[in-house]
Amino acid sequence: MEKKRTSPLAFIDRLPNPGLFRMGALITLAVVLLVVVGLVWMPYEPTAMSPDRMQGISAAHLLGTDKMGRDILSRVMYGSRVTLMVALGTMAIGAGLGVLIGAFAGFYGGVLDEIVMRVMDGLFAFPNVLLALVFVSIFGSSTTHVMWALGIAFIPSFTRVVRSEYVRIKHLDYVKNARLQGASNARVIFVHMLPNVRGVLLSNLMIGFNNAVLAEAGLSFLGIGSQPPFASLGQMISEAQEIFFTVPSAVLGPGIVIVLMVLGFSLMGEGLRPATKGLD
Amino acid sequence: MAAAMTTAPLGEPILEIRDLHLEFHDHDRPEVAVADFDLTLHRGEIVGIVGESGSGKSMTAHAIAGLLSRHALERSGQILFDGHDLLHCDRSTLRHYQGDEISIIFQEPMTSLDPLQRIGMQVEEALRIHHKELSAGERRAAALSAMDAVGLPDPQQVYGMFPHELSGGMRQRVMIAAATISKPQILIADEPTTALDVTIQAQIIALLRKINAEDGTAIIFISHDLSLVRQLCHRVVVMRQGEIVETGTADEVFENPQHSYTRMLIDAIPKVVL
Ligand SMILES: Nc1ncnc2c1ncn2[C@@H]1O[C@H](COP(=O)(O)OP(=O)(O)OP(=O)(O)O)[C@@H](O)[C@H]1O
Ligand SMILES: [Mg+2]
Repeated sequence: MEKKRTSPLAFIDRLPNPGLFRMGALITLAVVLLVVVGLVWMPYEPTAMSPDRMQGISAAHLLGTDKMGRDILSRVMYGSRVTLMVALGTMAIGAGLGVLIGAFAGFYGGVLDEIVMRVMDGLFAFPNVLLALVFVSIFGSSTTHVMWALGIAFIPSFTRVVRSEYVRIKHLDYVKNARLQGASNARVIFVHMLPNVRGVLLSNLMIGFNNAVLAEAGLSFLGIGSQPPFASLGQMISEAQEIFFTVPSAVLGPGIVIVLMVLGFSLMGEGLRPATKGLD
Repeated sequence: MAAAMTTAPLGEPILEIRDLHLEFHDHDRPEVAVADFDLTLHRGEIVGIVGESGSGKSMTAHAIAGLLSRHALERSGQILFDGHDLLHCDRSTLRHYQGDEISIIFQEPMTSLDPLQRIGMQVEEALRIHHKELSAGERRAAALSAMDAVGLPDPQQVYGMFPHELSGGMRQRVMIAAATISKPQILIADEPTTALDVTIQAQIIALLRKINAEDGTAIIFISHDLSLVRQLCHRVVVMRQGEIVETGTADEVFENPQHSYTRMLIDAIPKVVL
């Protein structure tokens, strides 16, 4: 007997706050659309200069042009792609390694746990920007290196939540039960326990993504990371500061996309969070 | 009722516990949880372990099932099964038997199932671990028949459900189906009915008796409830502060308790139930 088919989106209605989640998802979708469209079509080459410098908004240039006459909309589309890739890459590295380390530390406990968590504390205390600077000065400035630097800086936050979840659930009966059926440690850790920490993991991913977007923007504003003429959003804002009053869209365009990215994920994260905030 | 079936069909010994001693060292003073514990379990036998709270029943069960934590616990003695000492063997040897030859069910059916995994998956787990040669279809068939055997209504449907969709009694049946799917030689039941109401209790007891009779599974039944122990078990072990104070066939122990502690436990049984 088959269970009746449910829409793949039905899970949203069971979330603590489906309304917020929907709104966040819509905003995120809009940003993703901008990036996806940019992959196949942009109004102009994002690096192509033209004599039409610092133009305001017009039919030919929907967001105007910057001080080298490059089309801002095209650059925003391209920059969003860079920023999104860096944020996703950062999450992949930070969450991937963080979850792995946290799971093992929490599951095995003991000395291993102690050592790992002290290292994480050290890493956590190290400012992200400083770490990125060190990284970039050793390996050279590129988006990939920024991604790794941020990714590594993000490991401790994931390690912490995942570890504490593992410590919490490893004594629960169903985990004991899995072990008593002869499951290997790896099977217990990944098949039985990991799905049960997905809640905290998911909301942490949302927060982490935001932090990654902002950190990348901050770093490229400081000139660390992607190199001109291939700009990320943060770098566009940095370059456009001096023409803000002539062509406000040069700052507002990339600025709004950053805000939307962050807002979208924040709202989705809020939608996932049970409404227990005022209780504790 | 109380159809005491106390004729023990003594098979050959399958599990021998010799001089089991467990001592915690995680506080200032060492705490003895189990001391001088000897027990021989025969094929097809149901042995009850009774005793007040903290008398070491669960610790003994955990030792047999291989659930003792590695930290801060001193252990000595032997738990012999199939030529291995389960108390001191390495984890992979232990894993080889866990879930396949020795299974355990706990008191709390509400928390013993993984909330995010479908029932069918959980019932099949032991096969997935120990019988990799089976195909997915064969596993499913085995799960359905195990679920049918424990009296779950409509196994086909329950197979795809999640734990929160089931009642406590049904979950305990699921636990038993999962614990018996690979036809273990030994089933340890640590207060399996404490969390259930009386009617369901009786059904679970009947089910354990059926598993014992049909598959020859030896059962170690741990309970506070002496009337249940009397109904179900062939032999009884009475524990107090980690030690055995009395052991014998259920009839002997209940009709003619030798130790004052046993007499006290028996006197504490509400007479209405007996
Ligand atoms: N981690 C621990 N550290 C110290 N002592 C412990 C620990 N765990 C259990 N004990 C002790 O071991 C003894 C036996 O406990 P056990 O759980 O086996 O009792 P029990 O007979 O199953 O009781 P109940 O009927 O309440 O389930 C108890 O005295 C308990 O205090
Ligand atoms: Mg107990």
